[in-house]
Amino acid sequence: MSVMPTSSYDGGTQPPPATSSASSVSAASGSGSVSALPPVSAVSAIGLCKAYGDKTVLDGIDLRIPAGSVFALLGPNGAGKTTTVQILSTLVSADGGQAQVAGHDLATAGRRVRAAIGVTGQFSAVDGLITGEENMLLMADLHLLPRREGRRVAAGLLERFGLTEVARKPASTYSGGMRRRLDIAMTLVGSPRVIFLDEPTTGLDPRSRHNMWQIIRELVTDGVTVFLTTQYLEEADELADRVAVLNNGRIAAEGTPGELKRLVPGGHVRLRFTAPDAYRAAAAALPESTRDDADLTLQVPGDGSQRALRSLLDRLDTAGVEADELTVHTPDLDDVFFALTKETAR
Amino acid sequence: MSSPAPAVRNSATMLRRNLLHARRYPSLTLNLLLTPIMLLLLFVYVFGDTMSAGMSMSSMGMGMGTGTGPGGAGGADRSAYVAYLVPGLLLMTIGSTTVGTAVSVSNDMTEGIVARFRTMPIHRGSVLTGHVIGSVLQSVVSVVLVGAVAAAIGFRSTDATALEWLAALGLLTLFATALTWIAVGMGLISPNAEAASNNALPLIFLPLVSSTFVPIDAMPGWIQPVAEYQPFTPAIETLRGLLLGTEIGHNGWLAPAWCLALCALGYFWSRSVFDKSGRK
Repeated sequence: MSVMPTSSYDGGTQPPPATSSASSVSAASGSGSVSALPPVSAVSAIGLCKAYGDKTVLDGIDLRIPAGSVFALLGPNGAGKTTTVQILSTLVSADGGQAQVAGHDLATAGRRVRAAIGVTGQFSAVDGLITGEENMLLMADLHLLPRREGRRVAAGLLERFGLTEVARKPASTYSGGMRRRLDIAMTLVGSPRVIFLDEPTTGLDPRSRHNMWQIIRELVTDGVTVFLTTQYLEEADELADRVAVLNNGRIAAEGTPGELKRLVPGGHVRLRFTAPDAYRAAAAALPESTRDDADLTLQVPGDGSQRALRSLLDRLDTAGVEADELTVHTPDLDDVFFALTKETAR
Repeated sequence: MSSPAPAVRNSATMLRRNLLHARRYPSLTLNLLLTPIMLLLLFVYVFGDTMSAGMSMSSMGMGMGTGTGPGGAGGADRSAYVAYLVPGLLLMTIGSTTVGTAVSVSNDMTEGIVARFRTMPIHRGSVLTGHVIGSVLQSVVSVVLVGAVAAAIGFRSTDATALEWLAALGLLTLFATALTWIAVGMGLISPNAEAASNNALPLIFLPLVSSTFVPIDAMPGWIQPVAEYQPFTPAIETLRGLLLGTEIGHNGWLAPAWCLALCALGYFWSRSVFDKSGRK
């Protein structure tokens, strides 16, 4: 009998983001030019509403994002993710509710908010007609950096994002992944404390996507708060300390990836048999299981803990049957997502 | 941060960006120059003799004013028509150049870079200011290029003083500023570059029905109002007067009045569209 966990959330493969970021928050605020105390919440919003005509896009959004963490806003297309980012980045004004970003009120201190944030939109906002280096220097100039410092910052970021070799080519000749990297590099020129990434990996190939994930993880080690939107559950799971599921303009659920997964049932052990006799015997011994007669598989509800597994194996031993394959399935964000957005799915 | 310095620096940066575009892709600007230069050559070398012969008795002649009647004695040769043509074509050059402005503003708006600018702590108007100043400079360069072609095929100012040359340059710059603000507004309301270049067509079309090629009173009656009550004609007549000594008359104040009105209209229109498109 082989035991192989599939599609289970494997927390061991990624570094614990919360601890690594918490230590660097103070470091960043100490070295930064802004002397204000780091706000406890990088982003906080209460009751954000937005409608375009008679179409309600956001219907009362509450958010509280601790400084130095990665927050993922997860939702299907049209859920209101981009609108949320547009409001929080002062691009669009909310119809109702209030919000603070980096400690500044959106409605009354838009300019201070803009000075503290960096935004990378859904579609790369780079100037394709000029080179990558010129794009970077453009950002440095707009942030009023002295010429020499601007060159230094630009060169450093181009190096960090692996763009030095193509720095003198027009940005329009870049691949999708290169454009996104340039986009994020441009965002970092102003040393933002809160970074909004609107679907940073949409349209990227798997390699570029993993590349981008690595970049986003490194951002947080600088003490920056990252607000990202995504329609990929795997991405939120990989990157985010906290995830909010946005559906139809409302937050359907919010919590750590682990907490969200606990919200939905769906954990089970799957037993597969090749011999019909063994299958029938096992089904009789495990009446609570869900049968799939065509596939000769049984799904036994359970959380996959050692105790539950042992008792299951004991019962199989007692019945004298042996499964040919055993897999443990813990709920992933897909289950959460589908459970939460089921009612409204078309 | 309300001191003028950051606004000026931001605008200068935006201007540098636009000039970089123009320098990196000169073909865009040069393409726009083709129309006035081709028209100049076409009307001088192909239609020139007929045009000047047809007009000499009515209003062109050596006097070349709108209503001054036959001035010189039978000077309806090619060089006289070149002289008649050039002021209008210089202004037409500005019209063509600003079509490029509308297109590049529209490109900026649709390609997301402006959204990026809006989320940055920069002076909001600097995006438009950069476009306008860049475009006016491009217009001046274009006018100089077309002027050089005109000079090469025989255009000479008859008696313009230094002051008149300066006034002519001032008028051209003012006119360019006016058309540029209008073009910026056209670019802002256009969903894409194609629409922008269509919306900006009046800037190319209007000089064709002005006093560029023939005096207005030589046109059919029904089109005379269109030719007369539009910005190109008074500007053309004023420029003619400055460079060629024809009578300027009421065009001397009508031309700058048109320019200032168009500047104001274009400015407030563009600002309102630009601000609205940001805060939906």
